[in-house]
Amino acid sequence: MLEEIILAGFGGQGVMSMGQLLAYAGMMEDKHVSWIPSYGPEMRGGTANCSVTISDAPVSSPLISEPHTLIVLNRPSLEKFEQDVQPDGLLLLNSSLVDLEPKRQDLSVLKIPASELADEKLKNSRVANMIILGAFVELTKAVSMDSVIAALKKVLPEYRHNLIPLNRQALEIGADLARAGR
Amino acid sequence: MAKVLMKGNEALGEAAIRAGCRYFFGYPITPQSELPHYLAWRLPEVGGVFLQAESEIAAINMVYGAAGSGARAMTSSSSPGVSLKMEGISYIAGAELPCVIVNMQRGGPGLGGIQPGQSDYFQAVKGGGHGDYKLLVLAPASVQEMVDTMAKAFELADKYRNPVMILGDGILGQMMEPVELPEMKDVETLPVKPWATTGAKERTPNIINSLFLDPEELEAHNLKLQAKYEQMIQEETMAESYQTDDAEIVVVGYGSSARVAKAAVDQARAEGIKAGLFRPITLFPFPKKEIEQACRQAKNVLTVEMSLGQLVEDVRYNLEFRVPVHFYGRVGGMVPTTRAVLTEIKRLTQGGEKA
Repeated sequence: MLEEIILAGFGGQGVMSMGQLLAYAGMMEDKHVSWIPSYGPEMRGGTANCSVTISDAPVSSPLISEPHTLIVLNRPSLEKFEQDVQPDGLLLLNSSLVDLEPKRQDLSVLKIPASELADEKLKNSRVANMIILGAFVELTKAVSMDSVIAALKKVLPEYRHNLIPLNRQALEIGADLARAGR
Repeated sequence: MAKVLMKGNEALGEAAIRAGCRYFFGYPITPQSELPHYLAWRLPEVGGVFLQAESEIAAINMVYGAAGSGARAMTSSSSPGVSLKMEGISYIAGAELPCVIVNMQRGGPGLGGIQPGQSDYFQAVKGGGHGDYKLLVLAPASVQEMVDTMAKAFELADKYRNPVMILGDGILGQMMEPVELPEMKDVETLPVKPWATTGAKERTPNIINSLFLDPEELEAHNLKLQAKYEQMIQEETMAESYQTDDAEIVVVGYGSSARVAKAAVDQARAEGIKAGLFRPITLFPFPKKEIEQACRQAKNVLTVEMSLGQLVEDVRYNLEFRVPVHFYGRVGGMVPTTRAVLTEIKRLTQGGEKA
């Protein structure tokens, strides 16, 4: 099993923490994992991305040039990374913010209006990232949902642990959508 | 102890503390700044000192002072910052003081870029500063190995009274991997340093200096240093040989490049090509015996680096030019891909186009 994921979006949308949650969850399942951020001259509101590998074998390079899965939370990220996804790969996008059709015909695409759903259902647009993460976990089973929820305790600082139930709800909304859309 | 997910830079900081380091002097620079960030809050927790100096030059000279007083001291930087430290490093080597210097390399020359590089190999291994001195240079390739290397680095520094460099790169510094941290060393139980300048009450003063105005004395000092480097060559080489027993082509690389090379070797094996990997872990002393052993039946050797050909010279020299040694490198923050290395392996073993 080898799952290579690029997660990309605006700085502040939570792509780095999504990636860390996946890596942590994989580690808790005794898988080999790596996480590496883009570290250019990034800033809040600029684009940010990270690469996550979850594998049964030791991870060669943490840098991913051709991901199995691309998760994009904004339009510039889709434009930047779409052509790199492996043939027949998976693309999850936040259709609330990506007003662009993917060009590739070979990819499995799941469009989730994550920002709107987070706003409407959870009254907190900041957990849009977790809705998408929930869908990803449901679709790929790269890690289990239980591991992701357990990883929340590790990735969120203690004073944010009150937000775990909210994050969990968001993850479940995403997983439900993935089940329905399959 | 349970594994934690840590960034390379932060893991190195924690490993330094657990190895007994209580003094850090540095100046921020991408891609190593998480190391000082981490130590800035963590060192005071264990009664240590974190000091952001006014410059890299100041920082390395503070390390000189702290090391002279017998403490486990460290600095870290990235390529341009390490260049600034070179004068101090030469002094520390001349004065025979133990310390650890971390270089998370980025692309050069000059200010270069902030993405990963490996083009400071010559500077680290061949000198960099003035005079006939050597650093012990360790090149880990994972976050876990960086952590394990840190304790080793301080031990070797003490054993030889010599500065030790951990030569990483932007990838190793920035990436997160699961890591198991070692137990905390009790600073009180570290070996005593009778040569340290700790106050000369009721004893002959210790003098720490790199100035020898008498040429005979300076020559003798140099010969003593050389004897030390010779002992390192005899006793301290470390390397990893992977799938080399029957390898017709051996790929050689260190740090992040070696990880990419290893993946390419695995893919080549899957396609029936007898490929292997040789990864020097000590860059000085270079693991000569080990590379000779790993390449004894090789028809071709390929070095993979994030530079335009530095390690390759040592590979040729240590194999005594008996095997054709080829080179593949990317620079400027570009990282070799597994696919490109595999293409090179195939070209060398089966003919075909260059990557």
